[in-house]
Amino acid sequence: MFKRLPDTQGAAVAVTIDGEPFNAREGDSVAAALLAAGRSYCRETPVTGAKRAPYCMMGVCFDCLVTVDGIGNRQGCLTRVEDGMRIETQHGKREARA
Amino acid sequence: MTAMPLPKDHYDVVIIGAGPAGLAAAAVAGKAGLSTLVLDENAQPGGQIFRAITSTPVQRRDILGDDYWRGENLVAETRAGGAVIVQGATVWSLDRDLQIAVSLLGQSQIVKARRVIIATGALERPFPIPGWTLPGVMTVGAGQTLLKSSGLVPDGKVVLAGTGPLLWLYAAQVLRAGGAIDAILDTTPRGNYWRALPYALPFLMSPYRAKGLALMREVKRKVRVVSNVTSLAALGGDKLDAVAFSAGGAEQKIAADTLLLHQGVVPNVNLANAAGVAHRWDERQLCWVPVLDADGNTSVPGIAIAGDGAGIGGALAAAERGRIAAVAAVEALAPGKKSLTPDRSELSNTLRRAELGRAFLDVLFQPAQQFRLPEGDTIVCRCEEVSAARIKETIALGTEGPNQLKAFLRCGMGPCQGRLCGLTVTEMIAQARGMSPDAVGYYRLRPPVKPIALKELASMPHSEQDEKAVVRG
Repeated sequence: MFKRLPDTQGAAVAVTIDGEPFNAREGDSVAAALLAAGRSYCRETPVTGAKRAPYCMMGVCFDCLVTVDGIGNRQGCLTRVEDGMRIETQHGKREARA
Repeated sequence: MTAMPLPKDHYDVVIIGAGPAGLAAAAVAGKAGLSTLVLDENAQPGGQIFRAITSTPVQRRDILGDDYWRGENLVAETRAGGAVIVQGATVWSLDRDLQIAVSLLGQSQIVKARRVIIATGALERPFPIPGWTLPGVMTVGAGQTLLKSSGLVPDGKVVLAGTGPLLWLYAAQVLRAGGAIDAILDTTPRGNYWRALPYALPFLMSPYRAKGLALMREVKRKVRVVSNVTSLAALGGDKLDAVAFSAGGAEQKIAADTLLLHQGVVPNVNLANAAGVAHRWDERQLCWVPVLDADGNTSVPGIAIAGDGAGIGGALAAAERGRIAAVAAVEALAPGKKSLTPDRSELSNTLRRAELGRAFLDVLFQPAQQFRLPEGDTIVCRCEEVSAARIKETIALGTEGPNQLKAFLRCGMGPCQGRLCGLTVTEMIAQARGMSPDAVGYYRLRPPVKPIALKELASMPHSEQDEKAVVRG
């Protein structure tokens, strides 16, 4: 659980997380937005289905992999939020699509 | 095909990473008139230490402190020097011909350099305790990134655990910001104070001493600190509920919503390793460091490494090493421009001062064996979910090194490519076989060092000759 400092600046950025609207802030990464939204996890692993959340926030652990605008396995901590962005949690293995 | 996003495909100097080392190197190379390109993966320059320095939403400057805001000058100096700084650029390959493959805006392209300076810095040392993969468990560095870039502080019951300067710095920053920390579990082994004593004199003369002690005092006034913690476990089902630990022989448990772990930082060796740069095991820092000369040159001609990726030295040393590597690049490529670069011996002196006290910190904050060599069900490889027990069993079969272990168990084969398990695996094999980590070796890494989409590879520019090499008939 994380909370925003009361005097932080930055414009609201409207995204959806698994279809639900959320106002992130300008400068947030997707992973930061998920934590700010109170999401306890962002994916289930391909191996055992265990729940995972962002761990390193600097692009090295790959635990914050999410689907962004329909593209899977994006590193949430290295992707910045944009207005209208669709963020989805991942469940198990990615499926190949035609 | 759309136009490639980079203005040119060849530069005198390409610098990978825009932290203190990369920025300082770019400032020197750019000012000397070399065509200089900085490729950085993040959205803003600064690396980890100066993360979001140009965009942080944190208004009160005392929260992050003077050492952070110093990064503003470095970015300004680099921008004034004429180097091209490209953000959001993920370098996924570097070879001996100094060809760099970089992914930018969903497209990949090759850039050719006459000299390369790798400034990819450090990452936090793996901290494999039971439950470290549970949601709610993160690194202290991750917490600090959230504060710097998004103005977020942990809420609910917060526990910090581990050892090292960053733990205390972050705790102080959270408290200044008005956040609360329920407990700090200090895992610094008691014996380290004695072992570090022979290195104490230079530390006493360094600026770290006063700063470090002041930080610890500031934090200890407001937070319950438990010293000499000898075991740690994160407990919970789908997410963290509590932290179990022992200190002074007594087992304890505290409820927690967030557990932030830290036991020092280690060089991020992936790109250099994949480029064929020779590394050696550093016994004091307990990690791999590249083999370098005084200018930062590696075993691969034309490739230098500066900053914490060259061995942990901190932000001040990183910037000096960046400048030194850039002066060497100017000497090699444009000796006539030498007069436009800073004095080499002065840089060495500044570097020596910045490194004062480092040996003391290395030994004092050396993580205990039980936090580096996990047992039982504790996960070692987070990506492929390989436990310590399975690794131990497989080593006992006669596994010779990390690469064979990777073939048997897939540890190190997931997307993080060993960044979160490699050191643990090397040390586990070394311990089981009674060998030195140097003799055990590390994963042989190959490009792409960061995963990229297949369509990005397929749509890279290629010649008729390239096509003939792979198309039949």
